[in-house]
Amino acid sequence: MSPRLARALIHGLLIGGTLVALFPLLWMLSVSFMPPGAASALPPPLWPAHATLGNYRLLFLRAGMGRYLLNSLLVASAITLLSLACNLMAGYAFAKLRFAGRERLFRALLGALVIPAQVAMLPLFLLLKTIGLVDSYAGVIMPAMASVFGIFLVRQYARGIPDELLEAARLDGAGEWRIFSQIVLPLLKPVMVTLAIFSFLAAWNDFMWPLIVLTGQGHYTLPLGLASLAREHAQDTELMMAGSVITVLPVLLLFLAMQRYYLEGLLLGSVKG
Amino acid sequence: MNAPRTAWLFLTPALLVLGVFFLLPVIGALGLSLTDYDLYALADIHNLRFVALHNYGALLQRPLFWSALGHTVYFVAVGVPLSMVTSLGAALLLNSPLARCKPFFRTALFAPVVTTVVAVAVIWRYLFNTRYGIANFVLGHLGLHPIDWLGDPHWAMPAIILFAVWKNFGYNMIIFLAGLQAIPPELYEAARIDGASAWRQLRHITLPLLAPTLLMVSILTVAGYFQLFAEPYVMTEGGPLQSTTSVLYLMYDEGFQWWNLGEASAVAFLLFVIMFAVTAVMLRLARRSASFEGDAA
Repeated sequence: MSPRLARALIHGLLIGGTLVALFPLLWMLSVSFMPPGAASALPPPLWPAHATLGNYRLLFLRAGMGRYLLNSLLVASAITLLSLACNLMAGYAFAKLRFAGRERLFRALLGALVIPAQVAMLPLFLLLKTIGLVDSYAGVIMPAMASVFGIFLVRQYARGIPDELLEAARLDGAGEWRIFSQIVLPLLKPVMVTLAIFSFLAAWNDFMWPLIVLTGQGHYTLPLGLASLAREHAQDTELMMAGSVITVLPVLLLFLAMQRYYLEGLLLGSVKG
Repeated sequence: MNAPRTAWLFLTPALLVLGVFFLLPVIGALGLSLTDYDLYALADIHNLRFVALHNYGALLQRPLFWSALGHTVYFVAVGVPLSMVTSLGAALLLNSPLARCKPFFRTALFAPVVTTVVAVAVIWRYLFNTRYGIANFVLGHLGLHPIDWLGDPHWAMPAIILFAVWKNFGYNMIIFLAGLQAIPPELYEAARIDGASAWRQLRHITLPLLAPTLLMVSILTVAGYFQLFAEPYVMTEGGPLQSTTSVLYLMYDEGFQWWNLGEASAVAFLLFVIMFAVTAVMLRLARRSASFEGDAA
């Protein structure tokens, strides 16, 4: 095969793949601006003949989408901040602080990764029911406040901090908390950003656990609200596409803005063992 | 030297969360699966009885459990290889020295990964629409008959697999791409000088050197695909004729629609055992074939 032909073939495949990857998302955006019923035509229209914001207006004014959006923002932000605090402290301890049984405990945590989260969901529901946290924000937030993946990510990164730096600070009489907050945290900034994006995206996109623990629409996050709307309004293509845009756009934009950190974290996290 | 007490103070919040909200419930799930916890027990705990392994025995005799397991295995057995081949293909294209605009293509191909499953499943439900969907429109142009994608029990699972591959392939693509970039270019240089074709370079350089990555990725992907839930929940509600009811869908249904929490816990544990067994066998086979190759060399 000549290099020119090979180059044409490679770019043809890349462009084709990109079209397949992006088409559903672009189609969603386009249909979300169509008036009701316009998408159900042959041939399937790719562009709104008369663009309208009616679907969005309907979703926010009538379908409670604004509430779901706020719920999602609240839940995802709280999970991000709290899990960041827990995972940073634990990851640093596993990487740099000495205590008996450190490696064994860490291996046990990694071993727990083989247990799928869903195994815990039924008893967790009963536990939260007993303490009255079913159908509350706390019920979604609290189980996500720490993660083995996050601890692992921080530990990998924190191991690069030189011990001499910490020892020197200790000799100068700095307390452990001051060492952590004033020396370690600034050094961990890149992994903090990575972990924050990961946690936020995971919390935003999570479906099964919120579906179980949130029983009333008042606390619904966007995926739950969208899924329940999709069952009610199965025929309203344009309305549902507007709902999908509201759900997907924030995370897509966040990813586009912070891509470098996200992809780095993905690679750091996948080098298990 | 720090005092051990400091370390434990730093660990406490995370360990407390993981202990109370994960470890404890997992142990609880094992206990729960040995009881007949149901709606009556939910109302009054005195109705709870210990039934030993009865839930497991009953499940293994229930056709619905076996069909749910069958659908899940179908999804894993077809979805994982398809998704891995797509990821690897995309990574090879992106890694080619001939390709231009790599950052753009990489971002575009990765975009579906960060989207919300529920939202994109809603999109694909309309793309798979029998009358107005793009999928059938394209088929029509190729001279093929329209398919009732989500309404035909034979096609619903393939449709969900196509959707899952579209949604997930970018993730492994990034990992493969990093693996490909770690292969020393001199190896390809030498192969080219020896006159090896692109295909032989792939067979004898790329794939063997990528083998550890392929193994790790395939195990993680299998584990992930076993947890099929949101896709059928949104696209088909487990139908038609329960043809897309996965094991987790069954667990959700039993547990939170019918409140048979004891039996649902048994479903969850069986899924865990099956996933563990499958990934352990994969690891074993991979190690054995690696040591065989080592012997042959």
